Amino acid sequence: MITLAHFLTLGTILFCVAIAGIFINRKNVIVLLMAIELMLLAVNTNFVAFSRFLGDPSGQVFVFFILTVAAAESAIGLAILVVLFRNRATINVAELDSLKG
Amino acid sequence: MTESLPLISFYFFGAITVLAALAVVTVKNPVHAALCLVLTFFSTACTWLLADAEFLAIALVLVYVGAVMVLFLFVVMMLDIDLAPLREGFVRAMPVGLVVAVVMLVEMLALIGVRTMQIPAPADPAAAAGMSNTTWLANALFSQFLLPFEVAALILTVAIVAAVPLTLRRRVGVKAQDPARQVAVTARERIRIVKMPAEKPATDTGAAP
Repeated sequence: MITLAHFLTLGTILFCVAIAGIFINRKNVIVLLMAIELMLLAVNTNFVAFSRFLGDPSGQVFVFFILTVAAAESAIGLAILVVLFRNRATINVAELDSLKG
Repeated sequence: MTESLPLISFYFFGAITVLAALAVVTVKNPVHAALCLVLTFFSTACTWLLADAEFLAIALVLVYVGAVMVLFLFVVMMLDIDLAPLREGFVRAMPVGLVVAVVMLVEMLALIGVRTMQIPAPADPAAAAGMSNTTWLANALFSQFLLPFEVAALILTVAIVAAVPLTLRRRVGVKAQDPARQVAVTARERIRIVKMPAEKPATDTGAAP
């Protein structure tokens, strides 16, 4: 029998993998964006599990909205990435320091 | 056997999800990372199916695998990225990242606790109400959450409209036609009608050429 803890544990593992990914891929913007998508996925898994186990549709409606906003976010993020690469010819986070002052 | 089948499939899909997520953050090539992310999303959608969230599982595959990941692959392949400098510090940051992630994992698992393992799943709320998951979701979405739903549509529109001018590039010196100017042109700009007599009036000397 699948319990609530199974889903919460899966979401936790996904979230921590994404955290580790952000630490070890600090230079690469694309992998950073992918790690953020993984985090959103972990949160969505928790929402789906709680919605199922509490019998409340609000959780799944929230997942719907998170999917919407995440799609908009990645569209804008990738557009910014393309412009960034066009202007600086790099996506290395360590070299993006022109705002340092 | 049929009792434990969902649990076995959950462990199967969960293991694939976690392995693919680990591959996303560790593989060298961003294209491979994007493809592993597709696998992560797909197997997560399978675990959502086990939680009776059919609509969201299909939406995850359609929206993420179908649209967002294609966008990612498109951008990754379009940019000519030098991978070597992006990988430096990978090994150096590895211990810190692992420690932070493992500590967070232990803390969260302690919060979740083993006691919730004992709670069995209640009956599927949608099936208990006598409708499909999609109907159950739509009943909430189009009554209680109608305004947020419309705001979400607005957000998507703004995102599309914003992404276009962000990546739009006006180059100078391009010999392209401008249809708007072609249509808006008037006859006055194109030809000039000069009024002049057809032939010179005859003069008294009569020395016509």
